[in-house]
Amino acid sequence: MRLIKSVTLALVCLCAAQIATAQNGPLRIEITEGVIEPLPVAVPDFIAENPAAQDVAVNIARVIASDLSGTGLFREIPHDAFISQITSFSSPVQYSDWKAINAQALVSGAVSVASDGRMTVKFRVFDVFSDTPLGDGLQFGGTTGSWRRIAHKVADVVYSRITGEGGYFDSRVVFVSESGPKNKRLKRLAVMDYDGANLQYLTDASAIVLAPRFSPAGDRVLYTSYETGFPRVNILNVGTVKRRALDVQAEALTFAPRFGPDGNTVVLSLSQGGNTDIYKTTVNGGDLQRLTSTPAIETAPGFSPDGKRIVFESDRSGTQQLYVMGANGGEATRISFGKGRYGTPVWSPRGDLIAFTKQANGRFHIGVMRTDGSEERLLTASFLDEGPTWSPNGRVIMFTRESKGAAGARALYSVDITGRNLRRVSTEGAASDPAWSPLLK
Amino acid sequence: MKLNSKAILIAAAVFLSACTNNGGFGAGGTGAGGAGGTGDVSDPTTVAYFQQSIGDRVLFLVDQHTLTTEATKILNEQAVWLMNNGEFSAVVEGHADEQGTSAYNLALSGRRANSAIEYLVSRGVSPARLKSLPLGKERPIAICSEEACYSQNRRAVTVVAAAGLS
Repeated sequence: MRLIKSVTLALVCLCAAQIATAQNGPLRIEITEGVIEPLPVAVPDFIAENPAAQDVAVNIARVIASDLSGTGLFREIPHDAFISQITSFSSPVQYSDWKAINAQALVSGAVSVASDGRMTVKFRVFDVFSDTPLGDGLQFGGTTGSWRRIAHKVADVVYSRITGEGGYFDSRVVFVSESGPKNKRLKRLAVMDYDGANLQYLTDASAIVLAPRFSPAGDRVLYTSYETGFPRVNILNVGTVKRRALDVQAEALTFAPRFGPDGNTVVLSLSQGGNTDIYKTTVNGGDLQRLTSTPAIETAPGFSPDGKRIVFESDRSGTQQLYVMGANGGEATRISFGKGRYGTPVWSPRGDLIAFTKQANGRFHIGVMRTDGSEERLLTASFLDEGPTWSPNGRVIMFTRESKGAAGARALYSVDITGRNLRRVSTEGAASDPAWSPLLK
Repeated sequence: MKLNSKAILIAAAVFLSACTNNGGFGAGGTGAGGAGGTGDVSDPTTVAYFQQSIGDRVLFLVDQHTLTTEATKILNEQAVWLMNNGEFSAVVEGHADEQGTSAYNLALSGRRANSAIEYLVSRGVSPARLKSLPLGKERPIAICSEEACYSQNRRAVTVVAAAGLS
């Protein structure tokens, strides 16, 4: 796969005055402050190269279009506006027909299904206003059952070629599925595709479960369970659904775990005699090491992507604030200084930003700041927003939003780090505590 | 003296189903395994007496875990009862209202449970009979999003049960 050269180009926009600019360079969206007008993209049904591929060829194109328009960076052109139809994968594209309907990008593809159920998906991306393909054609193979994943992979390539960023569609989200009234809430761990498809429950509703977190490879989940009657960090294998408690210390109350980037180290909160501190251990519960020791509440630890630093929250100053310390503890530097309380910090997978929950003036916000605390920006505001998690490419944040009142319920929402494209993530029922996986392999 | 937490949870669930105006954790447990349901409220040896005549819970101010004067009065009586009824152990549940992030509230509720435990211990109750159960904002007892509900939810509830079951 050849990626487009990283030529920086200003936003390619619909307006006629800028079409000339667009023709002078490759199609490109800069995911920064500038993008307001979504880029029009045409995603015709993929060609079914044999009858067995008919349904899946349509479905794959639908998922690709939904992935792209779901980012808020693209707008799908309705099929009834098309002048040209793509009837063969290899025949030349009539660029003028796609220009006429203002399609700036075109995705075409073809699907064939062999008698053994193996499926091949070929696709191409075109920069319509430059009359050129955008990168080479690519091909993915898999079983027909994996058509959604293949669609997400195609959409990731399209997204990457046009934005120059890594994709995030071929990913999963582990979360807490909720039912029942506020005072008797039933909670189960569940995992789904990032867009809500392929829901699978990982635990039953017999014990409260909280805040699941993926391992760096996405194969295991750390979470807090009340299975013993008391909060204790558990580790669960997503494939086998086998789980066990992380026995760091007999009868220790543990919660708020996260994996280190090595997939073996774990940071968590341990509460003893009413005092909560941060500890480091391993997935086997060994090598318990205390990283903070103040009478303050110290919780929500998480590693930087290089594993060298840990961001966490502490009320050692009197209110909840964010701090960064070395991976072995030691002196911590406060990084949050705005008005209000800051909690649940999470380091971006790109390493550049820290997302957090902020409480100020009776409202909750999801925000981001640079890792030294500068350039704080609040992305959301509501009665109760909390617990951000990063998309694999560090461009989107998912979080929990709870509505007010006796009938209050939780739901998952996502928002761009620009603060745009706030949307509810589709889940079967109420949901909380999302954690985004890395890109699947 | 090892506490059978599972039995307490089951007992609490049984109690809840019988008493719907007092939902959620912190509605108290009955003495499990033959302690006789909720018992007679006027009989000082019963769980019912502990829950209703003494009061099984103390309340906290916003984001606080220090005991109020009212709270220490209740805990004084709880301590006396526990000293007089040595066959009981207690799980002290800590709770927080919904204003706050989940992990912080869990830690805060642990502080609250511990405040009650430390006070009971200072009044002579053996620490071996007391266990902390931080529940954060997971089990509110009142569900509105107003201070009228929040004030009831910021609580530490002493859930007593006959010990020695395990």
